[in-house]
Amino acid sequence: MEKAKSFLSKNAMFIGLIVVMLLFEMLIRSSGRGTMLLSPFHLTNLISQNGYVVILATGMLLCILTGGNIDLSVGSVVILVSAIAGVLIVDMGVNVYVTILICLLTGTAIGAWQAFLIAYLRVPPFVTTLAGMLIFRGIALLILGAQSISPFPDNYRVLFNSFIPGAGSDPAFIQNLSLTLAVVVCVGFIGLQIFSRISKERKGYTVESIYSMLARIIIISGVVMFVFTRLGENRGIPILLVWLAAIVMIYSYFTQNTIPGRYLYAMGGNEKAARLSGINTKRMKFFAYTNMGFLSAVAALVCVARFNAATTTVGVGFELDAIGACFIGGASAYGGIGRVGGAVIGAIFMGVLDMGMSIMGLDVNLQRVIKGSVLLAAVIFDVMSKSRKQAA
Amino acid sequence: MGMSEPLLRMENITKVFPGTKALDNVNFSVQPGEIHAIVGENGAGKSTLMNVLSGLYPYGAYEGAIIYDGEECRFSGIRDSEKKGIAIIHQELALVPYMTIGENMFLGNERGSTVKINWSETFTKAKEFMKTVGLNESPQTLVKDIGVGKQQLVEIAKALAKNVRLLILDEPTASLNEEDSQNLLILLLRFKSEGMTSILISHKLNEVEQVADSITVLRDGATIETLVKGKDDISEGRIIKGMVGREINERFPARESNIGETTLEVKDWTVFHPVYIGRKVCNKVNIHLRKGEVVGISGLMGAGRTELAMSIFGKSYGTHITGELYLNGKRISFRNIRSAINSKIAYVTEDRKNDGLILSDTLRLNTTLANLSRTSKMHYSIDKDKEMKYAEEYKTRFGVKAPSIEQHADSLSGGNQQKLLLAKWMFTEPEIMILDEPTRGIDVGAKYDIYNIINELVAQGKSVLLISSDMPELLGMCDRIYIMNEGNIVGEMDRSEANQEAIMAVILQSSKGA
Repeated sequence: MEKAKSFLSKNAMFIGLIVVMLLFEMLIRSSGRGTMLLSPFHLTNLISQNGYVVILATGMLLCILTGGNIDLSVGSVVILVSAIAGVLIVDMGVNVYVTILICLLTGTAIGAWQAFLIAYLRVPPFVTTLAGMLIFRGIALLILGAQSISPFPDNYRVLFNSFIPGAGSDPAFIQNLSLTLAVVVCVGFIGLQIFSRISKERKGYTVESIYSMLARIIIISGVVMFVFTRLGENRGIPILLVWLAAIVMIYSYFTQNTIPGRYLYAMGGNEKAARLSGINTKRMKFFAYTNMGFLSAVAALVCVARFNAATTTVGVGFELDAIGACFIGGASAYGGIGRVGGAVIGAIFMGVLDMGMSIMGLDVNLQRVIKGSVLLAAVIFDVMSKSRKQAA
Repeated sequence: MGMSEPLLRMENITKVFPGTKALDNVNFSVQPGEIHAIVGENGAGKSTLMNVLSGLYPYGAYEGAIIYDGEECRFSGIRDSEKKGIAIIHQELALVPYMTIGENMFLGNERGSTVKINWSETFTKAKEFMKTVGLNESPQTLVKDIGVGKQQLVEIAKALAKNVRLLILDEPTASLNEEDSQNLLILLLRFKSEGMTSILISHKLNEVEQVADSITVLRDGATIETLVKGKDDISEGRIIKGMVGREINERFPARESNIGETTLEVKDWTVFHPVYIGRKVCNKVNIHLRKGEVVGISGLMGAGRTELAMSIFGKSYGTHITGELYLNGKRISFRNIRSAINSKIAYVTEDRKNDGLILSDTLRLNTTLANLSRTSKMHYSIDKDKEMKYAEEYKTRFGVKAPSIEQHADSLSGGNQQKLLLAKWMFTEPEIMILDEPTRGIDVGAKYDIYNIINELVAQGKSVLLISSDMPELLGMCDRIYIMNEGNIVGEMDRSEANQEAIMAVILQSSKGA
């Protein structure tokens, strides 16, 4: 009973995600609008429409971990970097790779500037990034001059917005390749699990129960097989999925298995204790916000490729998507608690919510009300579970 | 007394938290007009019992019955118990610093009507109650401007203003100095002579012995015994035996000193306050510490002891620090805390909850935090298996009582948190350990364990600098004691010549001279 409870509370968001998916599936089917979950088209869209949220939420999580600090300027950094990419590639014909480098450096530099203000001059993050939100969008619109820049060349778009295999392939070939890739990923994952278990046993460390390992293998392999084969029925594996997987894996490893990653959690849990443990808390804050700038630039590159334009409206509300994904994914509004995996689930959750509601044809304003309520519920859940722990 | 009907009876109280039984069939009764002390180790269930009584855990959240004044009470909140005249004064004072004494006293119990507070009545009444508790201040003074001792009196006056009949004090003297503590105890005795009933929760057994009419001992959530003055032996030793379930003959474990060469030397160390620039917190301090030695620093609150320790520990406190540090004969200066830790110095803070532990993190994370590179494979990556093994090892070695290393630190009792904090700093493998009030607010058994750890450390040739306000502790543990007052080192005594009176005399003498 206790075990079941702790399993439920640990995986609450994951279970919530599945419930919401099934709920929408039921509603959509019963209203005769086809299927959402089983449709390869919708699945592909889910990934391409929400890729930027995953990227931004990953960066936002690091900021939130340092002590509940948020970055409101991410949407404005996205539009500014998009505008720069548009001017360089489309207007001036600069090499695509050089442009990407310049864009990433610009994002990082903006991040570093805000990080400097926050970490070393101790300007509150809320104020710094609120100002940044205005400043960078303003600069971007000055550059764009109220006009979108498009179209982008194919050799740029193929980097972020293409499919494996390339366009024009035979549908049967796409299906077979997707299936093969799914098997490769699953075998790799299972191999890694077994390998780490064996090496643990050899060193004499305690290992988890074989059942929980099997359960994990079955669930993850199942999800991978399902998603890949569905995608194979449409246009193949989106290249964006590869980028997202890389980002999520790198940052998961960073937060869970490295010393600086551990420091982020420590300072969010108790900044003074962290400092007295020899942790340079200013440097950690500087890092978190600089990194946010970098990932905002990555998100900008992805958005430009998807819209095939640097538009004047891109980035509006992105900060809220990212912050919402983190909180829905279990990050604490006070810092110190939260995982990259959780933020990803939060992003998917919001994506599914959006997609489900628009397939249902709900009024846009009603969609807002529902999204806001879900976010609020997630934070209330966090606060309540914490206060219950304190009472005990 | 004795024969009369008790004012309060708590019968077969059981309170279960997920995973633990905090109270197990506790029976407890208080006679009218007595001072009834509740003693027990941390985690014995004292606070839980009082929370049941005050309605913080409402009726239904526990099993058993509360019979007060002859009738069974089913409180659904603190308001209900207050209506009956039961008031609790918590260890952490619940006053608003930027409000006046008078405003605080009637907070939640305002004079006048909802739309108009009657200020003259508020302050006149406040003055009356302040007189009762012997608080000689204007009721319009801000609470932040009076000392802790006086704040405690404000809390009591606040309870009196609610027509209290049963006054519960949770560790009222924990943060008071000797004089304020005595005044408070005398006040309690006076209330008693006026017919008030009180419950006193305290770790300070000498105070319990001094004022209590009966003493109930709790251990592991159960009532062990109730000792009645005049009928039973209520000496300290007897109470301790009930609390820990065994006799502790010596409060301080014996140790043979084996003192080596000087390891840390501090010369002409001057530190200024970080906010009030120009205020000297340490003034030309000269101290040294030898291998295998426990050196104490005695002094009143605000003498600058913590500030001295922290400024040495990688300049973690103060500005314009001047002076010289020598480590094993070599001149050294610490740029930051990390460099102090790397030089094998550890500072164990006095405030384990706010400055010491990450309460929301697990035992494992807390244990390794100050020296993560010891768990790393390559330079930056953590080997979690190795980390778990270390955490298990240190948990066992320092006797931290918890079901697992994945337990969160906030679920531990005070004594266990302190042990975890020590384990955390021992994980940095220090040669010099600065302990700041390492036994404050923890129970006798845990204290004894910590003294043993200190002795073990110096037996290995390491050095300990012990800051403590508990004089018997300094006298019992230290080879040498520095006496600090108002930022100056005003005396130094060897174990053989040190005693409580001599130390107080030095402090008072230096205060007069200044």
